[in-house]
Amino acid sequence: MGNKIKILGKTNKNSLMGFINYGIIILFFVVITIVKQAGALTNALSGQLIPICAYIVMALSLNLVVGISGELSLGHAGFMSVGAFSGVIVSGAMNYGGVTNGAIRLIVAMIVGAILAGIAGVVIGIPVLRLRGDYLAIVTLAFGEIIKNVLNCLYVGVDKAGLHFSVTDEAHMDMSAEGVTLVRGPMGAVGVVKASTFLAGIILILLTLFVIQNLVNSRTGRAIMAIRDNRIAAEATGINVTKYKMIAFVTSAVIAGSAGALYGLNFSTIVPKKFDFNTSILILVFVVLGGIGNLTGSIIAAALLTVLPEIFRPFQDYRMLVYAIVLILVMIATNNERLRAFWKRIGHIFRKKGGELNEQ
Amino acid sequence: MSSNPNDTKYVAVPGPGMIPERDKDKRPVLEASHLGIDFGGLTAVDEFNIAIGATEIGGLIGPNGAGKTTVFNLLTKVYQPTRGVIMLDGKDTHGMNTTQANQAGIARTFQNIRLFDKLTVEENVKIGLHSSIGYHLPSAVLRLPRYWREEKKAHERALELLDIFDMADMADVRSSSLPYGAQRRLEIVRALATGPKILLLDEPAAGMNPSETEELMNNIRKIRDTFNIAVLLIEHDMNLVMGICENIIVLNFGKIIAKGNPKTIQNDPKVIEAYLGSQDGE
Repeated sequence: MGNKIKILGKTNKNSLMGFINYGIIILFFVVITIVKQAGALTNALSGQLIPICAYIVMALSLNLVVGISGELSLGHAGFMSVGAFSGVIVSGAMNYGGVTNGAIRLIVAMIVGAILAGIAGVVIGIPVLRLRGDYLAIVTLAFGEIIKNVLNCLYVGVDKAGLHFSVTDEAHMDMSAEGVTLVRGPMGAVGVVKASTFLAGIILILLTLFVIQNLVNSRTGRAIMAIRDNRIAAEATGINVTKYKMIAFVTSAVIAGSAGALYGLNFSTIVPKKFDFNTSILILVFVVLGGIGNLTGSIIAAALLTVLPEIFRPFQDYRMLVYAIVLILVMIATNNERLRAFWKRIGHIFRKKGGELNEQ
Repeated sequence: MSSNPNDTKYVAVPGPGMIPERDKDKRPVLEASHLGIDFGGLTAVDEFNIAIGATEIGGLIGPNGAGKTTVFNLLTKVYQPTRGVIMLDGKDTHGMNTTQANQAGIARTFQNIRLFDKLTVEENVKIGLHSSIGYHLPSAVLRLPRYWREEKKAHERALELLDIFDMADMADVRSSSLPYGAQRRLEIVRALATGPKILLLDEPAAGMNPSETEELMNNIRKIRDTFNIAVLLIEHDMNLVMGICENIIVLNFGKIIAKGNPKTIQNDPKVIEAYLGSQDGE
């Protein structure tokens, strides 16, 4: 009997954490909407709402690779970039073709962005995830740079005959006179007809949470975590290591692709340089600051670190300095024995209360 | 089945060795012949032959560095053998990796415990049950009825398996915070959860006190009798080895120096020499 109660308590705890995450996001949406209605939202902040959503999704998806699967990816912005540019191209082409409804364009753009980023994930994953060691970090780092440079010399236009691509210049696209240029090399995507909304961002976050949380609490998630904890034991227990690493990595890439589409369709221009190594590291910082493997932490870290630079715009010159200091402080705090013991004690108190609740 | 391992009658089988008479109608669960591996120029194991009956408890002993764990790594395909053939339940394991070998029916524990540290005891066992849980990713993500049904089944099965070692009440404990002996037992449960035909135990009694060892012996017998599987174990605790192993292989410098039931092994001059050194050695 005591056994049963304990087990029920555990399932409750797991799903409770999930509901807390959904709750945080919905609360965030409600508060922002109310503040917006009251007219108290500054312009700078309201312009940040969709990027915040995109970065939260990026942090959550990177956490799947870094926290759950235990691999290091240093090119997550590359997948975002793939999603953003393919999304913008698809949306632009649809707009040209007469589909002006923003919601439909956004949904199609997200799906296409997700699929293309997923394909990129598969292409990287198949050779790299068979290896042992930190090769994924090196290859994803290279992937981010390659994507950036490819997009830097990519020209895309659309006319009645369909999409036109070129890697040299606009003239080589062979586009008819009434065509529209969608992507102009280093200038990036130009004249993007925006389609992203804050509500769409919130829905994407909820969807991401739903997928990741349900994945983690399943046989697939357990297999992924088993490989992270002990690869040799996982193999000896019959877990197909490459397969489950691929599932984690590709799922993460797919989510990043859709976040990229959301991000891309929020600005009228978007340059390939936006998705460079610094952005990949920024997303990694969200994950590390929020706690590796901790989804709630990723959400909070991504939101705060996207907003803070805006709030502290007057001190912009010192931003990287503050960043570094904050990171060091977090590392000290999380590795300090006394602090750890302190958190453990607090955890114990909570668990005791939870236990009493279950007994009643 | 006889409790005194010395009473087991052995019959010869075609292939590398002898199996207990009671298993003669079933094919040997594991057969290795002329097995060997070289690391660079060093021959770690050579001419290793073994046949294990379907319900036999075998022992692999030898001084430190004799190559016992290397044999386990060969049998579970962690290393690919340089020479020789390993037949697992009649199937040639050539070209298989560790994962495939496990799926073909061989499960093991490790000398230096390898648990999934950050997961709970129950989750560790459920990872062992992985391939017997019948749903795929879509039903997990969408939380279809199939997911709930299979997870419930897995949960019950995990507790049932943990019950063998009276560990069901520890199901929610993080595996890294278990005491040493319990970690060793959890490894065995996890290996059993994969539904093996043969279980390889690498020093299961290491770090256990005599009463725990006694209990472990009973449990190994219980596992053999309830699951009807074979067990091959490496152990330095001679009470355990002589108490439960029906057939013992003694390894020294990578080669088999003796084979037989506990009584034969105890009186074998070569074994005594390997363990204690020869009388006219100096």
